[in-house]
Amino acid sequence: MSAAAGPGRPDPGITRTRVGAPAGRAAMTVGAVGIIWKREMLRWWRDKSRIIGSTGFPLVFLLVFGSGLSGAMGNMIGGGAQAIEFEQFIFPGIIAMSVFFTALFNGVSLVYDREFGILKEMLVAPVSRAAVAFGKTLGGATVATLQGTLVFLFAPLVGIRLSVLLVLQLWPIMFLGAFALASMGVAVAARIRSIESFQMINQFVMFPLIFLSGIFFPLQGLPAWMNVLVRINPVSYAVDPLRRLILEAQGLPEAVMGRLSESGLALSIGGHEVSIALGVAIVTGFGIVMNVLAMWLISIRD
Amino acid sequence: MTRLMSTDAGPAIAVENLARRFGDLVAVDHVSFSVARGEVFGFLGPNGAGKTTTIAMLTTLLRPTEGSARVAGHDVERAAAGVRRAIGIVFQEPSLDERLTARENLEFHAVLYGMPRAERPARITEALRLVDLEERAGSLVEQYSGGMRRRLEIARGLLHVPAVLFLDEPTLGLDPQSRRAVWEHIRTLRDQTGVTIFMTTHYMEEAEFCDRIAVIDHGRIVALDTPEGLKDMVGGDVVVVTAPDAPALVDHLAGQSLDATRRDSEVRVEVDDGARFIPRLIRGFPGEIDGASVRRPTLDDVFLKLTGRTIRESELDAGDVARGRMRRAMESRRRR
Repeated sequence: MSAAAGPGRPDPGITRTRVGAPAGRAAMTVGAVGIIWKREMLRWWRDKSRIIGSTGFPLVFLLVFGSGLSGAMGNMIGGGAQAIEFEQFIFPGIIAMSVFFTALFNGVSLVYDREFGILKEMLVAPVSRAAVAFGKTLGGATVATLQGTLVFLFAPLVGIRLSVLLVLQLWPIMFLGAFALASMGVAVAARIRSIESFQMINQFVMFPLIFLSGIFFPLQGLPAWMNVLVRINPVSYAVDPLRRLILEAQGLPEAVMGRLSESGLALSIGGHEVSIALGVAIVTGFGIVMNVLAMWLISIRD
Repeated sequence: MTRLMSTDAGPAIAVENLARRFGDLVAVDHVSFSVARGEVFGFLGPNGAGKTTTIAMLTTLLRPTEGSARVAGHDVERAAAGVRRAIGIVFQEPSLDERLTARENLEFHAVLYGMPRAERPARITEALRLVDLEERAGSLVEQYSGGMRRRLEIARGLLHVPAVLFLDEPTLGLDPQSRRAVWEHIRTLRDQTGVTIFMTTHYMEEAEFCDRIAVIDHGRIVALDTPEGLKDMVGGDVVVVTAPDAPALVDHLAGQSLDATRRDSEVRVEVDDGARFIPRLIRGFPGEIDGASVRRPTLDDVFLKLTGRTIRESELDAGDVARGRMRRAMESRRRR
């Protein structure tokens, strides 16, 4: 539609000629998304304390939570086959947690942008507000994926082996999950002006969403209500493929491999294991819905 | 900087009956004015008079409740994108990313405004040179002083060669020296680029730099003229007399059909020829007189004459209510 809009296109209402050729509309939108993305990356890269903090947090979880509970939980995992340790079970969950929290909290940066006037600078520019929302989301999702990648460094601590191929499989899924949650963060932040309000929504809506996604507990023997919540929670479908890809690559015994969902290691609905493809499809759909919502909410003018 | 060519002969800004309400508060109350191309036009008034609300409407950030406005030939409601392409803005509050360098901030802006990649480096350098920040281009903005940030924002506002530049209180919070520097830059810019400038201020001295001034109070334009024209409204000279029995002095002047105003022991009166008036007053007034001074009228006197208050006094009243409400509305965007 707007793709063909070149500099020479007669634009009704614009009669002045500009110095130099202004970029076409589609090119401008791509440029705007790109530069907003780049800004997020620069800000992340320059804030070393944020990088260290966001990397240390999952490590603490892995060590304290993983080691602390492994004695009690160890036997319950993998149907008593002692196939994997609890630390290994939660490792994919810790990656997911790191990615999702980083993505979600990126919404705070939009609240800060509003407070420091930078959002206004973006909103008066001749680019669509949807492009602003998309650029912010893309930046947040990239930062979150990188932040999750740093957690890979702790794999040797819990005896998880990562190959290049496995990492290449994990990245797109991490990014899709990050994109969905970053969109959600932007959607919430688009209507909010104080950091405090954002935190409150986080605690009441977003934390449960992340904690009810099977990050920390096996998916077998849950109370019925939790079973339902975990399965209607779209975030679960981002955690599940990560866990299956990582655990399957560890060379589990035959007995466990074929029955991941019975062992509480994979999601199932009505006895049918949810395939990785279906999980990815659900997360992608959720991400698109959330992103459209974010674009719409940021576009409302007073 | 390159001069913007224009084939549109209409005014740079044309405002008709523009109004904006926030609930029961009328922040801008049906104002009409027009700004010629290349003009420096000022909105002068106390905080809360409706200046920032007007700018927000003219720059498409806020929708008018009533009336219409055209900027560079584009309607702010129906052709918001056209308006945005044609304007540059320096907001009242800082809007730079402190974690980026000056050059990166300008680059961010250049891309948002669709400036071709090949032109960017030279144009950014040129803009930085114009405001004397070339040598600090690579420093993070968090290391900049208030005056430097302001100059950088002005450079940013001009980077994409807008037809109209909006400056909302461009020197607010700056020390006198930086304020003077910013003004010198603004005048240089106007002379070099021919850009139309719409600015707001509540500093009287600053308003003198404008070609024309609209005095705004409680959302209404109470006068619109050149600085000289406005001062002529006050008359020849302003005489300030200090007397122990000031009320008696006011009565005495009233007897000569002179309209005097008093604050404590100071009596202020407008007369045709101050130098001749003072000796006559001393001879004629039976009470004591401690001192007297004569000065040319300032815009402060104009504001006092038009509204019965000085700008400083107006700032103390509930004017900030409007500002607070507008900010809340714009930030929370509860209303659609």
